[in-house]
Amino acid sequence: MIDPTTPLDEGVSLNTAQVLLDPPAGDPVMRLNDVTVAFAGRKAVRGVTFDVHEGEITALIGPSGSGKTTLLRALNRMHDTVRTASVTGSIMLGDVDVNTTDATLLRSRVGMVFQRPNPFPTMSIYENAVAGLKFNGVRKKALLDEAAESALIAAALWDSVRDRLKAHASTLSGGEQQRLCIARALAVEPEVLLMDEPTSALDPIATKRIEELVGELKHRVTIIIVTHNMQQAMRVSDRCAFLLMGEDKAGELIEFGPTARLFSEPTDPRTLDYVNGRFG
Amino acid sequence: MATTLGFDSPTDPILERRRRIQSVAAASLGRRKVYSKIAVGVCWVFLAIAIVPLVGVVVYVVVKGLPAWTTDFFSHPTTPEGIPGGGVWNAIVGTAEIGFIATAVTVPLGLLCGLFLAESDGRTAAAVRFTADVMTGVPSITIGIFGYIAIVRNFGYSGLAGAFSIGIIMLPVIIRAGETAIRGVPRSLNEAALALGARRATIARRVVVPAAMPGIITGVLLAVARGLGETAPLLLTIFGNQYMQWNPTKPMPALPLVIYNNSSQPYADLLQTAWGAALLLMVIVLVLSVGSRVLAAVLQRERR
Repeated sequence: MIDPTTPLDEGVSLNTAQVLLDPPAGDPVMRLNDVTVAFAGRKAVRGVTFDVHEGEITALIGPSGSGKTTLLRALNRMHDTVRTASVTGSIMLGDVDVNTTDATLLRSRVGMVFQRPNPFPTMSIYENAVAGLKFNGVRKKALLDEAAESALIAAALWDSVRDRLKAHASTLSGGEQQRLCIARALAVEPEVLLMDEPTSALDPIATKRIEELVGELKHRVTIIIVTHNMQQAMRVSDRCAFLLMGEDKAGELIEFGPTARLFSEPTDPRTLDYVNGRFG
Repeated sequence: MATTLGFDSPTDPILERRRRIQSVAAASLGRRKVYSKIAVGVCWVFLAIAIVPLVGVVVYVVVKGLPAWTTDFFSHPTTPEGIPGGGVWNAIVGTAEIGFIATAVTVPLGLLCGLFLAESDGRTAAAVRFTADVMTGVPSITIGIFGYIAIVRNFGYSGLAGAFSIGIIMLPVIIRAGETAIRGVPRSLNEAALALGARRATIARRVVVPAAMPGIITGVLLAVARGLGETAPLLLTIFGNQYMQWNPTKPMPALPLVIYNNSSQPYADLLQTAWGAALLLMVIVLVLSVGSRVLAAVLQRERR
């Protein structure tokens, strides 16, 4: 799909293919500048700089150990719980500095979905869906119900659970549980949703449904997704950040750009090797 | 492209809801922080309440017991009240011999039993596991009475009868610790050895048990520490002895028994000896507990 409003004359220095492949950039909602994460002084991710654009899906790709998940977890301060972890460099959410703002408020604006479905086992489907709202002090039943329904609809779960909202979350299948976790994250209406290999514990059919879901969600929330699966990154993302383990085992950003360009004509030979499956 | 559609529209229900949720979250942040501080404060208070008696006991025993620690205390056997120069050397020997015998018998027995429990899920294993769990909870005086009936009534008071009772205290602890440690070894190691054509016994001896060694050692040392501190099983089995006794088939003294007997005496020097023995026992148990953890940590590190 080509956006007719893209001013072609701005791309005179680029070749035509690139202009056609690049999605129009929304406003940057998160800006990473020279982000370094270290554990007990040992760097796991070094000097990563890129912008996350509003309403887009940004994929973090790269082989195991390249620091994808570590970088993702820095974006909503999940490293706070690890005493030896230190995050340096700047991460801005709008005009808020992620590293100095209140962590709980930050996390209500930057949600997260994990590798394995982890619905709260003692809560019902409904209670799971509204858990984040309750954690954030929302008490009004009308608002809870409205947000829960909207999130469950958005997670493509509403039709199958609307009659059994009081059932335990463990009665759902693995794929449904993961969609419940997505709904749980969406109910808080975050501006950014972090997804850490959200399909790695699911079968291919459940994976396909989650991927379709991710594509539908981007009108609602900006998504940053970690995936080890290049096809998945190609299918769902607008932009890609390719990370690679450096010589001292710290992950580095090798290339960042529109997904189509990164996969078809990357500027770095290492990206080309990776996307062509020559390693990783 | 519909990617950014709706973000600027003021009537968007999602934006509207986001605004409402974020305002509630921000407005309630102060209250939530206060609650959180209160909850954490309550935790600290209860932690303090739990720790005060612990620290109190340790400090009190150290203060009361340390003056008793003289060279004579560690090198001379017990003396009757009023006669200076008495020590607990005979009780140290008694505790060491009883502990050694009990450990030597129960460790192989308990670990083999633990290995069986870890490798088997049958009915026998379930019954043994249940019995071991029940035995952990049996009051130690009951085990003392059992030792009295089973051994003392037939063979008389002896260090061996004490070792028997202490062994019964230690056995279930070692069994369960061994089982837990062995079960902690990843199943994939077992399968890797199986796939190489190893027999079960070989796998246990060459792969599983060595991998479980840090946990096994910790469990055994903790069981020994537990056994050495028990008084009730010794009360009815070893009788105690004022004199030096190296022969475990004869009545023997032991540190817990010295504490028990002397602490009920009205004489200052005997009470002093009881405090000294209490401190010594506490130090031994502490060294065993800390030592087992350090050893396990060292073994664990060597693996990498």
